[in-house]
Amino acid sequence: MVSSVRTGKTFAEKALARAAGLQTTIAGQVVDARPDVVLSHDNTAAIAKIFRSIGLQRVAIAERLVVTLDHAVPAPTPQHARNHAEVRAFVQEQGIRHFFEVGRGICHQVITEEALILPGQLIIGADSHTTHFGALGAFGVGVGRTEVAALWATGELWLRVPESIKIVVTGALGKGISAKDFCLHLIGQLGAEGGRYQSIEFSGAAIDSLSLDSRMVIPNMMAEFGAKNAYLAPDEKVFDYLAGRACRRLQLASGSPQAAQLADSLRAGALYPDAAAIYSAEHTFDAAAIQLTVACPHTGDAARPLAEVRGIRVQQAFIGTCTNGRLEDLALAAEVLRGQRVAAGTRLLVVPASSQVYADAIERGYMQILLAAGAAIGTPGCGPCMGNHMGVLAPGEVCISSANRNFKGRMGEPDAEIYLASPAVVAAAAVAGYIIDPREIGN
Amino acid sequence: MNAAAPAEAARSGCAGRVWKYGDGVNTDVLFPGKYTYTLRAAADIAAHALEDLDPLFTAGAVAGDVIVAGRNFGNGSSREQAVTCLLYRGVAAVVARSFARIYFRNGINQGLLLITCPAVVDAAQTGDAIEIDLAQSIIRLNGAAHAFPPLSPNMRSIIAAGGLVAHVRHKLGLSSTTAVKFSE
Repeated sequence: MVSSVRTGKTFAEKALARAAGLQTTIAGQVVDARPDVVLSHDNTAAIAKIFRSIGLQRVAIAERLVVTLDHAVPAPTPQHARNHAEVRAFVQEQGIRHFFEVGRGICHQVITEEALILPGQLIIGADSHTTHFGALGAFGVGVGRTEVAALWATGELWLRVPESIKIVVTGALGKGISAKDFCLHLIGQLGAEGGRYQSIEFSGAAIDSLSLDSRMVIPNMMAEFGAKNAYLAPDEKVFDYLAGRACRRLQLASGSPQAAQLADSLRAGALYPDAAAIYSAEHTFDAAAIQLTVACPHTGDAARPLAEVRGIRVQQAFIGTCTNGRLEDLALAAEVLRGQRVAAGTRLLVVPASSQVYADAIERGYMQILLAAGAAIGTPGCGPCMGNHMGVLAPGEVCISSANRNFKGRMGEPDAEIYLASPAVVAAAAVAGYIIDPREIGN
Repeated sequence: MNAAAPAEAARSGCAGRVWKYGDGVNTDVLFPGKYTYTLRAAADIAAHALEDLDPLFTAGAVAGDVIVAGRNFGNGSSREQAVTCLLYRGVAAVVARSFARIYFRNGINQGLLLITCPAVVDAAQTGDAIEIDLAQSIIRLNGAAHAFPPLSPNMRSIIAAGGLVAHVRHKLGLSSTTAVKFSE
């Protein structure tokens, strides 16, 4: 121990202290944490099998479970259908209240829309992109299936309190430059394991000014940075959104005392790092210097300015996923595609992240624009992101995708290539048939 | 598939041959996502291990073999088959420059020995004989001995129990100290 008294705590130190019922924690400490929410999806049947092998019949924390069907929906094969049937049977048997059927959407988006996780809380998910919930000021961390089975049995799991990296993003993103471009740039600069085992805390004017839809891209993408979790400080945008969503789910009238109490408790639960917190590294990015960025095959850190890959032909353009399948993403795509047609020799797949996103996009006219341009619209869910579902690639094909991961074979075919980009860049590539700056498309 | 070799390896160590790979061996090349919700039998899962990285691996691997690879081994998905496909194929251990965090947890929980030892990564080639001595935290390769940091107490207790399922059974008083082997 150093002689000086260390008082400043990071978000991770505070959030895991809360989850473990401790006054304080320090980076490196191992705690037994009790998550507020435990997330699983199509992998729930496999987890149930492991759970039963422990020798238990009843989940100890059924009220804290959230189960979605999203990874291969609707079932593309009899094997997938059998898996879904097993998930439904388990949900019914265990009385799991928070279950979301085929078509409701991707776990991370649905849990957010339903306000099932709140600022300062801990969510552990059997999904690597559980880092997502840092956009709400929650601690989101992904683990494997067996650990989720252990959580169902005991309600707790050991977690090492991670060291934290502070990333300050100053200024403002340029016109047409998105949070996705920033993330691809960051991962390209610092490498795919630049954030390995770390909690990544984002702050700065460029982060504060982002919409909620855009903010969600950042912690989601930090899974590709190797991070354990990521964090954006929750503000009024977050509190208002979650309060509205929670009131809707709980059927509380806005302006009622219960609704006011709920909004207060949301604010009270929020955790913020201390100014004197200790970080393992600090980086500052000037948002104005970020360009349109594309990650080339087959790793997320193979980032290049779009200008360097302009002209690469694409057979498939895919807009969707937990990273970039929200309303704002569809709006940006519609802006590029308005009055345009998808190029011959290229196909455009659009999969809204949730039924709510889908309904809102219809109401605002985005879907009509996408359909008129020639897009194929899929059922809300993960779509072809991990090669499980419709939209997989043929050998030799190139896909430009708004997803988070471009590993070899990811979309079902090892001899295909995946480029990662923002929804606007994906939409522009669909129109041109090759990678191009959206500002070159004549709208 | 013979999973006994890896289970024993996780407790005491192992001796086998090296399969050498580079940096960033990710979960999609370890076990392609398209199989994650359809394949359930151990033999089927083992049959696709590393198929998009090295088609020779599943045909040539023998029980007790060791994978040696570069940085960020296992980055990507939380899918546990990226660990179990190796176990079911008889792989005893992975030695890497570094591991992705979910993969590292999954490995420990399933009883796949994961060791960070850059010196071995520098020295090893495919086909080399390798011996891992857990008691002494030493890897013997090509006549040299390389030390690696011992596993943390948390991990040792999970491994000693025979994996996380057995560890939880013990914690809940559902078993004696006898390890219960989980097989999918």
